[in-house]
Amino acid sequence: MSKQQAVLMQGNEACALGAIRAGMTFYSGYPITPSSEIAEECSIHLPKHGGRFIQMEDEIAGMAAALGGALTGAKVMTATSGPGFSLKQELIGYGMIAEIPCVLVNIMRMGPSTGLPTSPAQGDVMQAKWGTHGDHPVICLCPTSVKEMYELTIEAFNLAERFRTVVMVLTDEVIAHMREGVLLKDDYPLVHRKRPVDPPGPDFLPYKADPETLVPPMADYGQGYRYHTTGLAHTENGFPSNSPRINEALIKRICEKVDKFAHELEMNEFVDTDDCEHLIIAYAATARAAKFTVRELREKGVKAGLMIPKMLWPFPKNALNELLSKNNLKSIFVPEMNMGQYVHAVREEVAGRCPVYHIDDVSGELFGPHTIGNKIMEVASK
Amino acid sequence: MTTLDYLRQDKLPHIWCAGCTNGAITSAVIRAIENSGIDRDKTVIVSGIGCSSRAPGYMDFDTLHTAHGRALAFATGVKMANPELNVIIISGDGDAAAIGGNHLIHACRRNIDMTLIVINNCIYGMTAGQYSPLTPTGAFATTATYGNVDRAFDLVELSKGSGATYVARSTAYHAPQLQRYVEAGIKNKGFSVVEAISTCPTYFGRRNAMADPVKMMEWLKDNSENKRDGAAEYTKPYVLGEFVNKTEAEYTAAYDREILAKVMLKHARHPGDQGQEERGAE
Ligand SMILES: Cc1ncc(C[n+]2csc(CCOP(=O)(O)OP(=O)(O)O)c2C)c(N)n1
Repeated sequence: MSKQQAVLMQGNEACALGAIRAGMTFYSGYPITPSSEIAEECSIHLPKHGGRFIQMEDEIAGMAAALGGALTGAKVMTATSGPGFSLKQELIGYGMIAEIPCVLVNIMRMGPSTGLPTSPAQGDVMQAKWGTHGDHPVICLCPTSVKEMYELTIEAFNLAERFRTVVMVLTDEVIAHMREGVLLKDDYPLVHRKRPVDPPGPDFLPYKADPETLVPPMADYGQGYRYHTTGLAHTENGFPSNSPRINEALIKRICEKVDKFAHELEMNEFVDTDDCEHLIIAYAATARAAKFTVRELREKGVKAGLMIPKMLWPFPKNALNELLSKNNLKSIFVPEMNMGQYVHAVREEVAGRCPVYHIDDVSGELFGPHTIGNKIMEVASK
Repeated sequence: MTTLDYLRQDKLPHIWCAGCTNGAITSAVIRAIENSGIDRDKTVIVSGIGCSSRAPGYMDFDTLHTAHGRALAFATGVKMANPELNVIIISGDGDAAAIGGNHLIHACRRNIDMTLIVINNCIYGMTAGQYSPLTPTGAFATTATYGNVDRAFDLVELSKGSGATYVARSTAYHAPQLQRYVEAGIKNKGFSVVEAISTCPTYFGRRNAMADPVKMMEWLKDNSENKRDGAAEYTKPYVLGEFVNKTEAEYTAAYDREILAKVMLKHARHPGDQGQEERGAE
């Protein structure tokens, strides 16, 4: 049993401290509400642990510097919010094709554009998946509490190191700014990227993937490997290639290295789903409101249940399919603080097996449990 | 060692056109690296996107070919995460002064210990000849078929005004001079900018009556003159020389001295004592 200690923390602070706990030694970013406390906390705490912080000139630079830092062997992170997330998109793709471990936190706020900077929303769920051009794997975690901000940030580092890719932590302003007492463990297992076993030499192939994991071991810059990193499609030797076959193999491998393990990555919380007929799928702050909804509906005799994906991408297919096959689901509800994003992924997976309803709220105010409950009552009483 | 020893010879021949001087400038950079005596295995060469940015791919070092305009931002991360590494950046005029212009002035401002070589061919080479922020007014380009009305940056003045502590300009025609400046830039403990004016007969030359590579070299010679002490005015468009060479606080050293050293000392801790414990002290 691990010893636990309670601490009162803010969500963003928990994210910064979780990152340091995970072994982050470099943070680069550009301030933006409601993520700025992450930068502030990193600037305070990182140097105490021998790490460095830099405030760059914009979000693109924040992403670029993080990726550059990671190539020296550091565990790195950058954090932002909507407008900054849009700016980072090109380099997210760079991190994915060049296979650079990096944690990217995005605290969603009202958009589009400057929108309502201090109001919560969940408008970046699809941007997280499809924002950068081209095909790429996406791992995106989604905390619903301050404790999860801490623990899923650590998990994000572990996944970034394991898969050699950019891993996102996506949540909303509510979770980022809320304060909660958190029970921390003192033994969080940490993952470190695989480094090449062979010493530097002319035969070193920086992108030769392990046949099992499909992930190539990664050398640190400055160790004598003298290897090339590029955003161009490349062969195992890291250099651009014009071979259609090689390019196809690269894109397929970087997608497959995550897809292959997607089933074991799923991270969900279930509330009253054992016998539920009306399933709510909700994430981030909306999931907290939905917990109340379920309790209220159960009191009224409606068999409601809730699935909370803590990893939005890859989509939690297995859990949803299991619910669909075990339960006699009459309807699925996806409440989101947007005009309908995650609901599309749900519908795709459900594929007509049961009606899927979206419940939107784009007021910039936190979802009330009744908004969700009323909609379910409307459908359930039909 | 010869220049060839620093090249990835299996990656040759290069992609550059006949008459392009990216190769001459790359050799000057390599000789400067050798003369500066820095550890090759502790040296990272970074570039953006463009013909010029392909240079690191041929250089046998740790090399980082980034995204268009972002070389300096990636490089800043490399240097900041591991200040022991020597960081040299090769960038085009579009890469460094258009899309990457903001990163340029901020790298200058921070005075972070890196050396930037801007290969200025006065045009966007990779995308086949559109004007750049360093295309002279009146010159022709595929997006300036009536003559360029934009005014060009003076990279030296821009870098100087932004705080770079070593600033110099030379050309591919003056390769030995260029090599000396790059070497001095590498030796400077701060941010160094060396503008290397180059030739693009294919995309700049052809539209500006210099399709012949020799003509372009003559253009470099005829349009440049050396900086002279006390000279108030110059008649040629490009003045070559060292314009800034001074010592000022270097960024990573300042961070380590003013922040890391002080804060770490105060919070000397036991292994595993991470993250949450420090909060009580705040
Ligand atoms: C974000 C982005 N915008 C535009 C481009 C297209 N592009 C590639 S290189 C280049 C300009 C190259 O000019 P320069 O930087 O001067 O280098 P040169 O090729 O002349 O050496 C442009 C516009 C790109 N690759 N990425």
